[in-house]
Amino acid sequence: MSQKQEEENPAEETGEEKQDTQEKEGILPERAEEAKLKAKYPSLGQKPGGSDFLMKRLQKGVWGIISYPLSLEPKGVLGMKSVEQKYFDSGDYNMAKAKMKNKQLPSAGPDKNLVTGDHIPTPQDLPQRKSSLVTSKLAG
Amino acid sequence: MIPGIGTLTQDTLWCFSQVKGTIEIGTTEADIISTVEFNHTGELLATGDKGGRVVIFQREQESKNQVHRRGEYNVYSTFQSHEPEFDYLKSLEIEEKINKIRWLPQQNAAYFLLSTNDKTVKLWKVSERDKRPEGYNLKDEEGRLRDPATITTLRVPVLRPMDLMVEATPRRVFANAHTYHINSISVNSDYETYMSADDLRINLWNFEITNQSFNIVDIKPANMEELTEVITAAEFHPHHCNTFVYSSSKGTIRLCDMRASALCDRHTKFFEEPEDPSNRSFFSEIISSISDVKFSHSGRYIMTRDYLTVKVWDLNMENRPIETYQVHDYLRSKLCSLYENDCIFDKFECVWNGSDSVIMTGSYNNFFRMFDRNTKRDVTLEASRENSKPRAILKPRKVCVGGKRRKDEISVDSLDFSKKILHTAWHPSENIIAVAATNNLYIFQDKVN
Repeated sequence: MSQKQEEENPAEETGEEKQDTQEKEGILPERAEEAKLKAKYPSLGQKPGGSDFLMKRLQKGVWGIISYPLSLEPKGVLGMKSVEQKYFDSGDYNMAKAKMKNKQLPSAGPDKNLVTGDHIPTPQDLPQRKSSLVTSKLAG
Repeated sequence: MIPGIGTLTQDTLWCFSQVKGTIEIGTTEADIISTVEFNHTGELLATGDKGGRVVIFQREQESKNQVHRRGEYNVYSTFQSHEPEFDYLKSLEIEEKINKIRWLPQQNAAYFLLSTNDKTVKLWKVSERDKRPEGYNLKDEEGRLRDPATITTLRVPVLRPMDLMVEATPRRVFANAHTYHINSISVNSDYETYMSADDLRINLWNFEITNQSFNIVDIKPANMEELTEVITAAEFHPHHCNTFVYSSSKGTIRLCDMRASALCDRHTKFFEEPEDPSNRSFFSEIISSISDVKFSHSGRYIMTRDYLTVKVWDLNMENRPIETYQVHDYLRSKLCSLYENDCIFDKFECVWNGSDSVIMTGSYNNFFRMFDRNTKRDVTLEASRENSKPRAILKPRKVCVGGKRRKDEISVDSLDFSKKILHTAWHPSENIIAVAATNNLYIFQDKVN
């Protein structure tokens, strides 16, 4: 089709080459970018748009989904990355969130990882559901 | 030639008018503005944010003394519309972020608007109180009950003026009708119904009834493995109460007529631009996903926004758009990194001006773009604190694509992709625009001569 090795050197198109047909120039940058992406994530085989991708989008906000390492992860139409950690239940989820935010929480012992179920949550441990009681700064 | 309202000739100069919000290093996430909307007269301007709050600004009356200064927008009311919730049954966090605000046309002294988060739509009434009853018989001025035995005379309570108080009250809560995340709401021209759309379904509501809604579109496949596209935006026709459109993640628009059947799964019109298969790449479908669809005020055209372009379609022609405008085509050579940092999934909105002659949409680096449909001229402007002197004229910006960079141009690699303008609004009849830049709201007006 074209005389260039477009896959390797998208950035080196000169002014003259840009005068080629508009159509071809439209393809080349995208294909070059696609090649870059595939080089970084070789296992990213399938095209986005399939049901897996869309399912991820629909489940935005749901905790408890096992995540894939970023390199393998298919991205939904929304590009939602799934939650990093799998939680046993909602109490577990709240405990883990509380630990991340509030280091003064009592804990059973030194724990480096977010081990689940290490102590029974009490109402004080649960993080306050953030409610913007502060007036918006636009109104200030 | 006298520039008319809404033409973008070289004579139209945009000036800074106001900016709302604070300058902060490290924005609080709750302050990020998520929607902006003028009401039907342009007197009110509403914003919603990620923290679930709504702030309404009102245009001050233009004073006779300052003819050259157009009315400024000042805070009128602010309230907490939605609160964060946790759905324990489905293990779902429900964000309080306001996805959309839509005003109802004004029918009495109060103002009404719909605001929605991912799951629940609410109808808010914003009303003024400037009188207070005084002179009750059974209560004293502080409201404490009086001992009836001490009352010896009767008086008639009277209404006395008080300082203006603006109250917002939730009048209706339309909940539990969406399994997926609501992306759009649209008030029907009959002023009795409205629709709410999520990824897979669209529901029709009556304003008076909160415990039922009609499902009018359902694209959920029987087998979820066969899911290939989702609904991205939906809107009612501005005049025909039976007609609406919805856009999809595959870059198509369907127009439906509610008179045809109760369930509008079968479209009346299908708008799709044919694609050259040899142009197809990994990114093709993602960048073709339509992030916003808007009817023109005339009702004759629809405008769609996908990642790189804005398109205008004539309702009478389904096989291709009549106009295509490049918003930031230079990003085509950046798609790989934009995919990695998720920017490729950013959902930009688009707006018409009052006369449907100019369209506007946002971009990165706090740039926004306007396209004049008649003259085919376009301009790139920037919302920044540096251009924030009152009535300072905005200088057109230019992105240079490789090669020599002229002075005042900015190169593609220097663009700040965290500064994105997703939400803008255009006053219904004047050249006043509101531009949301993360946590700041900019108001620009055209230069008054």
